[in-house]
Amino acid sequence: MNLYFSPKARRAALTGFMAGALLLSGCEKKPPTDALLIGLGGPITGPNAKFGEQLLKGARMAAEVVNEQGGINGKQVFVVPADDACEAKQARSVANRLVNEGVAAVIGHFCSSSTIPASEVYAERNLLMITPGSTNPQVTDKGFPTVFRTCGRDDQQGSVAADYIAAVLKPKALAVIHDKDTYGQGLADAMRARLKQKHHMQEILYEGITRGDKDFNSLITKMKGLKVDVIFFGGVATEGGLLVRQAAEQGLKARFVSGDGIITENFPAITGPAVKGVLMTFGQDPRLIPQAAAVVDRFRKSGYDPEAYTLYSYASAQVIFEALKNTGNTHDGKVLAAYIRAHTFDTVMGPKAFDAKGDLKQSDYVMFEWVETEPGKYAYQQISR
Amino acid sequence: MEILGQQLINGLILGSVYGLIAIGYTMVYGIIGMINFAHGEVYMISAYLGAIFLALAAFFGVNSAPVALVAALVLTVAIIAVYGFAVERTAYRPLRGSGRLAPLISAIGMSLVLQNYVQLSQGARDKSVANLFGGVVRFGQGMGAVQVTHIQLIIMGATLVSMAGLTWIVQKTSLGRACRATEQDPTMAALLGIHTDRVISIVFVLGSALAGVAGVLISLNFGSFNFFIGFVAGIKAFTAAVLGGIGSLPGAMLGGLILGLSESLFAGLVNSDYKDVFAFSLLVLVLIFRPTGLLGKPSLEKI
Repeated sequence: MNLYFSPKARRAALTGFMAGALLLSGCEKKPPTDALLIGLGGPITGPNAKFGEQLLKGARMAAEVVNEQGGINGKQVFVVPADDACEAKQARSVANRLVNEGVAAVIGHFCSSSTIPASEVYAERNLLMITPGSTNPQVTDKGFPTVFRTCGRDDQQGSVAADYIAAVLKPKALAVIHDKDTYGQGLADAMRARLKQKHHMQEILYEGITRGDKDFNSLITKMKGLKVDVIFFGGVATEGGLLVRQAAEQGLKARFVSGDGIITENFPAITGPAVKGVLMTFGQDPRLIPQAAAVVDRFRKSGYDPEAYTLYSYASAQVIFEALKNTGNTHDGKVLAAYIRAHTFDTVMGPKAFDAKGDLKQSDYVMFEWVETEPGKYAYQQISR
Repeated sequence: MEILGQQLINGLILGSVYGLIAIGYTMVYGIIGMINFAHGEVYMISAYLGAIFLALAAFFGVNSAPVALVAALVLTVAIIAVYGFAVERTAYRPLRGSGRLAPLISAIGMSLVLQNYVQLSQGARDKSVANLFGGVVRFGQGMGAVQVTHIQLIIMGATLVSMAGLTWIVQKTSLGRACRATEQDPTMAALLGIHTDRVISIVFVLGSALAGVAGVLISLNFGSFNFFIGFVAGIKAFTAAVLGGIGSLPGAMLGGLILGLSESLFAGLVNSDYKDVFAFSLLVLVLIFRPTGLLGKPSLEKI
């Protein structure tokens, strides 16, 4: 079949299409003209988009709730998403975009490798930034006064894992695997350092894998040859899940320990039944905190289970909202930061206070284990305090 | 010794995975001399389609794994062929005869469109696919056993069969003759009565069908997939195709095997941090001494 159009008709069709595309993009939720803008930086697309989704859902829900109560000092809040795809370069450019759009403060970013460059942009322009999920020590160690986080730090997290491995698992042969990323390698190194200093233990294998790879069989065969009985993995769910699954397929019977990077409800979808017994450190499950009950309920009614970082993002938004409210909606990052340091915030995750660096005064990392709740269904449960 | 044996098998399987995707790449390149950057995304969409059809098969009570697999393969290939046709129609045909760069860019655009479309319509989460072929073939006993799973054997078989099948089509059938003529000189082929547009469409359909087979089988092997798998798979398969000599069907298979083996053996025996560095250094070396790849034939540049 051949269709012929005159060049004129083609041009008309193309113009029409482009106009339509513009109209469509114009239809996307647009902020009301006098709204108070809050930026949200995170991986909205790309391989880590599941985390970006959690951040965005959390922040939007917090904005929805505060808007129902009349907004902040009479102004409606609007969340402006900015997609960094967990890429450092893109993080810088979307950070600049958020600054130029005149946001009052930023929630985000997610991957530490994006958060660090973005935080430089915000600090330069004196804009408050609270990350719900970047746990690399560098994020606050750089010493920017306007940077905070509502999650813990990898060195705290790595210590909890190291103590547990030394006290409970007592491995004969430990392998430490990481994904060569700021977060993954940072966590693995923090765990290793603690193990060496406090418990005088050392791993027999320390290796990096590549993000995006699917086949780790050769590494697993190698670990099998070394008779590894505990694997510590610093990295995220996609690669971690494949490691667990392929280890089981090859019959490598080793306990798998990881951090908050593998925390997503469908981690068992990647691993299959091998998920049983996988250990990971994470902040106390925020959904179990009594203060969160009403918000969790509201999320579930809207058809979304607020897993993993959703409530961290919600809590970050609450801190920002309260600081804005009590400083007369100032956009001055230093004023907001001073307020945040001086006060304790009653968030969905319980009372939160920040130290001089911008870290939480009290981190709440604990060990979780994946268990089979009913045949074929898996969930993570807190096993230590 | 068993470790080395297992590492060789790991490498052969990884190589077959790369080869299976690379064959589709090389097929399209062989005919129109264009890298189809959307090939990886077509593979990714096939993984989704395959999982949907396998779930449907389970829903309708198909208990036999081979029957479910064949049904899923046939249906996926049928639908993904339409995708391949549409990709060619929208991203390549309107730009035919406009130099080499324009269709390259439109193919990259097409790949982004497909990736984002799947992310938006299916969500960003990893999806799982039921483990149909849990069986394992073991050689040896106890800790020293060397093993390969059934699905991995199926992948190796599928790679060989599709390579042989396509070679037969290209070398022995009248369609293959038309393909080769189109590749050598599209204008002359058209003058001699070959419907070159249709030939190119068929090549895209064939290439996509192969990506369809690869998508279903490989996602069964790894057990999970997401909207992003096409990118890395595409890069690796493209590398395999170049290594073996792009345009050559046995070359794609050979390139895949060399890439897979070198990655696996280096990761297993030396260090997994540098396996990609090693594999790509090998690629550079091969291209220095054989610029057209291992099995590629030197051709005159047609610009």
